[in-house]
Formats: sequence, structure tokens, C-alpha cells
Amino acid sequence: MYPFNYHQPKSAEEAAHILAANPEAKILAGGQTLLPTMKQRLAGPSDLVDLGAVGDLAGISEKGGTLRIGAMTPHAEVAKSPVVAKAIPALAALAGGIGDPHVRSVGTIGGSVANNDPAADYPAACIALGATIHTTNRDIAADDFFTGLFQTALADDEIITAISFPAAKKAAYTKFRNPASRYAIVGVFVAQAAGGVRVAVTGAGENGVFRVGEMETALDKNFSADAVAGIAVPADGLNSDIHANAEYRAHLITVMAKRAVAAAG
Amino acid sequence: MSATVEINFTLNGRKRQLTIDAGLSALNLLRDKLDMTGTKYACGEGECGACTILVDGLSVNSCLMYAADFDGRDIVTIEGLRSDKGFDPMQDAFVEHGAIQCGFCMPGMIMQARHLADTNKDLTYDGLKRGLEGNVCRCTGYKKVFDAVADVIGIAK
Repeated sequence: MYPFNYHQPKSAEEAAHILAANPEAKILAGGQTLLPTMKQRLAGPSDLVDLGAVGDLAGISEKGGTLRIGAMTPHAEVAKSPVVAKAIPALAALAGGIGDPHVRSVGTIGGSVANNDPAADYPAACIALGATIHTTNRDIAADDFFTGLFQTALADDEIITAISFPAAKKAAYTKFRNPASRYAIVGVFVAQAAGGVRVAVTGAGENGVFRVGEMETALDKNFSADAVAGIAVPADGLNSDIHANAEYRAHLITVMAKRAVAAAG
Repeated sequence: MSATVEINFTLNGRKRQLTIDAGLSALNLLRDKLDMTGTKYACGEGECGACTILVDGLSVNSCLMYAADFDGRDIVTIEGLRSDKGFDPMQDAFVEHGAIQCGFCMPGMIMQARHLADTNKDLTYDGLKRGLEGNVCRCTGYKKVFDAVADVIGIAK
């Protein structure tokens, strides 16, 4: 690990000030991605801004059909929360399938969303459910937030404070997981809400999470697994790596979408 | 920023107050500063679970946590499982089932198993396998580990 300065601010605003003053600084949330990356010397931030002592960034609440999850809430808390289980059970199930128990104890929703790993689970939930990302500066619609591979709309000194998810009528997430890392080789989140059906795919796209419009249109007319069974997503623009090539990922998208629709009922 | 931070926490039931270098990992604090070497350093990158400890009742890789974040928290390590009455039933079960070969992963395994037993009331045999996913063992093949944990939790194999 390269040397760095360590900061432990007491508020998100103080953390944002430290970020603004140190262009090479990074936020430390749960650290389950950042710390291994630093240990492998793939990242060398000048300063680490640890949000562990910022008390008001964690917690789960529900109001008027919208679920609000604080950025520093660990996956394990989302997975076992009765509030989440009641409002959006698919989201609780998604959180319970991230990584391994140790990662879920510490890894946070805000960290996952801010990192925007192309194989992370939460971005699919954010897009499919039409979430809003709350930051120290503003509210950002999930549709405008994920801008590319590990890229987001966040400014350098902007910190996620919470994420709001409107409850859906039906929702489910199905993941074909890498058995070693538990990251999604392909994950599909399907949600049916007042505004229509959304189908969000993670793990597959070269630029991260994306929607499948053709499946959404078909599901709007007929919400059944059969409606998406014949819809193939082109392999063009999908990832190829040692785990799966683009053609296989394209195939898995249809399979996972069918299973997600069936699970959503 | 400050080069050192003061932390107040509970370690295996005992209140501790320490001034530490900011940026010291939790694992290095335990092993190098407090000479509590039961918690093992293996991969150092959160892959293997050998450094598992309990933080406020949740199992955590101590290599991926800063000691500064111990402040205000309740920490239990493998050393804390032993009481005046002797070893924890989970430790005894690992011995009885011969779930140990080289033993290096065992402190982490046992901490995670203890956590599973304490927090999951309706655990199945498959569920405990999933619950131990974060702990890697290169010797035993896991079968005897699963059987030991199943025995303590009281579930059918």
C-alpha cells in the first residue's frame, strides 16, 4: 500500500471540504473494494477520508411508499431489515446475495453505488426501481447517475448521503453469480411500477448497468416470463472475460430476465 | 488530519483505551500492538476470512478495517471465545470432528461459525455452507467443518 493521509471527519460536509482541498483524496466507506485495491497498489490516493465516524449517514426508513437507505448502511443491514423486506423484498434479497458475509457486514450501499463496478448488484436495483441518489449537493435520478465504467455523475467533492427507492408493485432480481467472487456475471432486476416495467442488467455491459427497452415494452403488454423468452440482446457491447464471453452473457440476460419475471410473479 | 488517534473500545469484554497511528489496520493492531496472534494474517485482501473478528456482533475481515473504526465498538476475537468454563462449544466441536488440519484458517472459521450460530435461528445445512463462504480452507475440504458447525447448531446433515 502506498502511504496516505488519514482523515476521520465527523460530518459529510466536513468530508466534502477535505475532498475539495485534496484532489487526489478518496472517500472510505466500507472499504471492501477500495482497501484491497490500495493493497494491490492499483490505487494510491493521497488522502483517505473515512466516513466511519459520520453517524447520520446510516439507517433505513420508509415514508409514503418510498424506502430511504443511508449511504453508510451495510449490505447485512439492508438484507435483514424488516422495513426493506416489507417495502421492496427484492432489494433485501439482492443485498443478502452480495459478496460473502464479511463483505456484507461492512460494505455499504453508498460505496457500491459510488464505485459503479460494472458487475455490482445495486446499480441494477437503482435503475430498475427508478431510485434517487441524494448527495451533499443535490438529488440525482439514477438514470442520470451511472455514466460509464466505474464512472458516475458525482463531482470530485460530492458525497452520497442516502438513496431513495420507490416501492414497486412487483420486483425481483436474479443473478448468475461468479461462484468465487459472488459478483454478477449477469444480473437482471425487473420491476413493475406505476410508470411501467423496467429491466436493468448488470455484470454484462462494457459500460456498466443498462436497460433492455425491448423487454420492457413486451412486459408492459404481458408481464410473464414467456413475454421475454424470445427476446435476445445483441452480444455487441457486452463484456468478454475468462468467466464468460459476450455471446454467453447475451444468452444469460434472457435466461435471467425470464427467471426474474417469474420470481416477481 | 492527525497522525495519531485515540480510540476507546471493548475488546473481549474489557474496556481499552489506546492511542494509535491513524491508518493502522485492525488486524495489525491486534497482532502487532496487542500481541493477540490468534487472529491470522493470510491474504490481507479480504478474500480468505482468516482474520475474521466480530465487530458489534457482525463478522468482519479485520485486514479490511482501520483500527480507528474500533472506536466505540464491541470487539470479540478468537481469544475472547474461551471463558473460565473452558473452550467455546464451537471450538470443542471443531476438535471433536477433526475439522482441523494445518489449523491456520480455524480461528477465522470458528469466529464466523460462532457468528452464524448466534444470529441464525433457522439455519439449514445448505445455509451454513453459504454462511461460511467467506472463509477459505486449503486442507480440510470443508466437510468436517460443516459437520462440526451443524452439530453445535443442532441441524441435520
